Amino acid sequence: MTPRVGRARIPGQAAREEGTAAGPRTGDLGPGPAEIELAVNGTARRLRVEPRVSLLDALREHLGVTGPKKGCDQGACGACTVWVDGRRVLGCLTLAVACEGREVTTVEGLADGDGLHPMQQAFLANDAFQCGYCTPGQLMSAVALLEEGHASDDAEIAEWMSGNICRCAAYPNIRAAIRQVRDGGGGDRP
Amino acid sequence: MSTAPQIGLPLDRVDGHAKVTGAARYSAEYTPPGTAYAVLVCAPIASGRVTAVDAGEALSVTGVLAVLSHLDMPRIAVRPNLVPSLAGAAAHGQSFFPMQDDRVHYAGQPVAMVVADTLERAGHAAELVRVDYAEEPPVVTIEDGRDRAYEPERIFGGFVPGRTEYGDAASALAEAEVRIDGAFHLAPNHHNPIEPSATTAVWEDSHLTLYDATQGPTATRLTVAELLGVPPSQVRVVSEAVGGSFGCKAMIWHHPALAAFAAQYVRAPVRLSLTREQMFHSCGHREEQEHTLELGATRDGVLTAIRHRKLSPTSHFDDWAEPSVGPSGRMYACPNFQGVYNLFRADTMTPTFMRAPGEASGMFVLETAMDELAYRVGADPLELRLRNYAETEPGTGRPWSGKGLRECYARGAELFGWAGRDPEPGIRRDGNQLVGTGMATAFYPVYGAMNPQRARARLHADGRAVVETGCSDFGTGVGTVMRQVAADALGLSAESVEVRYGDTDLPNTVAAVGSAGSGAVSAAVHAAGTALRDRLIAQAVADERSPLHGADPAGVRVGGGRMFLADRPDTGEDYTDLLRRAMAFDVEALGEWNPPGPQGEYGTGTFGAQFAEVGVDPDLGLVRVRRMTGVFAPGRVLNRKTARSQLMGGMLWGIGQALLEATHVEPGRGRWANASMADYLLPVNADAPDVQVETVEVEDRAAPLGVKGVGEIGLVGAAAAIANAVFHATGRRFRDLPITVEAVLAAE
Repeated sequence: MTPRVGRARIPGQAAREEGTAAGPRTGDLGPGPAEIELAVNGTARRLRVEPRVSLLDALREHLGVTGPKKGCDQGACGACTVWVDGRRVLGCLTLAVACEGREVTTVEGLADGDGLHPMQQAFLANDAFQCGYCTPGQLMSAVALLEEGHASDDAEIAEWMSGNICRCAAYPNIRAAIRQVRDGGGGDRP
Repeated sequence: MSTAPQIGLPLDRVDGHAKVTGAARYSAEYTPPGTAYAVLVCAPIASGRVTAVDAGEALSVTGVLAVLSHLDMPRIAVRPNLVPSLAGAAAHGQSFFPMQDDRVHYAGQPVAMVVADTLERAGHAAELVRVDYAEEPPVVTIEDGRDRAYEPERIFGGFVPGRTEYGDAASALAEAEVRIDGAFHLAPNHHNPIEPSATTAVWEDSHLTLYDATQGPTATRLTVAELLGVPPSQVRVVSEAVGGSFGCKAMIWHHPALAAFAAQYVRAPVRLSLTREQMFHSCGHREEQEHTLELGATRDGVLTAIRHRKLSPTSHFDDWAEPSVGPSGRMYACPNFQGVYNLFRADTMTPTFMRAPGEASGMFVLETAMDELAYRVGADPLELRLRNYAETEPGTGRPWSGKGLRECYARGAELFGWAGRDPEPGIRRDGNQLVGTGMATAFYPVYGAMNPQRARARLHADGRAVVETGCSDFGTGVGTVMRQVAADALGLSAESVEVRYGDTDLPNTVAAVGSAGSGAVSAAVHAAGTALRDRLIAQAVADERSPLHGADPAGVRVGGGRMFLADRPDTGEDYTDLLRRAMAFDVEALGEWNPPGPQGEYGTGTFGAQFAEVGVDPDLGLVRVRRMTGVFAPGRVLNRKTARSQLMGGMLWGIGQALLEATHVEPGRGRWANASMADYLLPVNADAPDVQVETVEVEDRAAPLGVKGVGEIGLVGAAAAIANAVFHATGRRFRDLPITVEAVLAAE
């Protein structure tokens, strides 16, 4: 079935490998808590975390940035998808210390001040969610896949969005929202 | 002058902005200063005893505050007794509470709890708690327990009798011209909402606040208060946003009370979040089940008898089975019916409600057999259903309070393009795929709240209103329909109405379960809105300075933020003028809706029609659903956008039920073998085709405001429509769910 295919190609997997491998320093951290600095949505944030703390837990539990969600903590659901230096990563499978000095963008950083990002508006207008728990991850993937050029047709959108599970199954509406933004419709009502 | 009615309009969700910006707060996202983290240690065996707990190493970890097991865990005040949350009382998920003695009744039962200052330390220490067990051989699956079956008196938390019959099914089957007999097996299923259950517990003196992911904040309050032995008035539950449930947050399981105990013990706020793996053994599941269905019919396919039996495992504590055989006795005009449940005691937790509990499974069985009957007698599957159409409720002959199924069949067939379908199986090809179509009926009971439902409406002097109820919105859109119902009652635009919900400090409503949430909440909000409107009108007609002074209140209408005479709309005044003149900053009213109780004179149900097209790759065993059409008659639709989403989501759940979802038991150990979101297969975006969804609005005489609910009906029948399409594509009948790649590849 498709899940195996889809999961094998979770968008961001490649980025994750690069992100962890290219962490700027490793030898001088841990095992005790280390002081690190992350640029979260354009703001420098300093925090003290043990090296084992995931980027997701650092954001949610240490910095109070709770937009990224914890659905499985195993890299299977995509709810924790954030961008590190503009590329998608799964926050639950990324160590916070490996992101030192990097730009971390979460769903809170999508909107331009009070104005919603067109993808956020399109999700609203197309009812592309119900409970909303997977939505931050869906949005971060949706915006990225457009920028990466992976939204040429519905089949491609569906394939590249299959790393973000929506148990409410708003999938057709998620595709509609992405199509609308791709086609320049902004977030207006369909 | 007036405002267009808001009820029914496809308004955007009230919580949508918060959900797309990350501002919505879920229960694990309240972190008061000093919050500690609890992590559960769960039994890896399904049956036996805890013989020793060594917490020494765990306690030596920096930051660990406590390790609790049955040896030092506080004792619960009351032995829990399972009562479905719809009843509005304490709603224990099972008649059991862990860590009270050394006995292990099921795999994954909590045996210890670690509390530490950080999540990482708590998680690490939990792995260092050494628990020794005396393991006993478990009985978990139907294969293990078949010989121990018994017929329960009642099931489903006491709501449903263990046996239902009318007429004489045995004799009618013996005499039937045509017989269809089938044996079906359905794998266990898990809800897997994306938000794992979580509770943050905060004590302030003797008052407890729980931030809890629940379908019923009041249910959490009553359940935890009962277990802790504290007055419910001292327990506040906040559920601002809930990340899906599908039934696993409908009952109150152990973690909220455990979090409260832990917070009391370490004298700090405590968060207890279940891990994804723990979600598989902490909040119930849809049980493994084996069905036997026998249909008797005439040569024309007119049903003369239905006998439906089900066997499934239940826990040591409760007689639980989802009521799967019920729909078989209420769906078609058939004079003879027998439905029987058989259970056996297993080393499992009590199964629980999962979306369309009973109907999703039972209607798969019935509608698969009906498809088979259609082929046997040479009738079109849709035509066969019409030959057996129940004009009145089977078994009782009562008129339906509202049905609309005939309209659903007709509209669904038209949208899908059913007419002219060649019934011959296994002959259509599209590339590598065999293509087929199938249909099925959807049925879901109409459940009603059993106790008074309350809401409060307040109009501020600036003309804006606030409406409040305690219910939570776990993706249903109930908050949005609250706004619409209140706006219509008060004659305001939707934008002028703010809603607040998800807090036991607000007026009480029952847990939103059984597709009854929107009906109950909208009835309460309607009561509050009209009570406030009547109060404002009474104030105006009594006020000498009002243009409405002396008017008959019954002749006053509201609209556009204004009260006016029905026969002279120019005569009237704005709410704001009335309030300013009275120097009132606001006016408020409490509304109460008292459910009428069972409607003895009517048969009730929600109906729909499902159609699906599949492509089957016979070489790879892959089944892809190419398109789906569903038409439903859920009574009054309060918001076309959110209702459509729920119906669509239910239909797409049918893909999971039909083709993907199964939890497997580890042989000999009795544990779930695939307790993760990678190993428990769920539909992903690429599995989900575009879906046609429509509703047929048929008046219902029994439901509150005519609302029957859309939370579950969308799933019912979807799996049967898919399986029937697989038969049409391949000529092979599948009676076991899910229809796996292996099953499709297996030789006939």
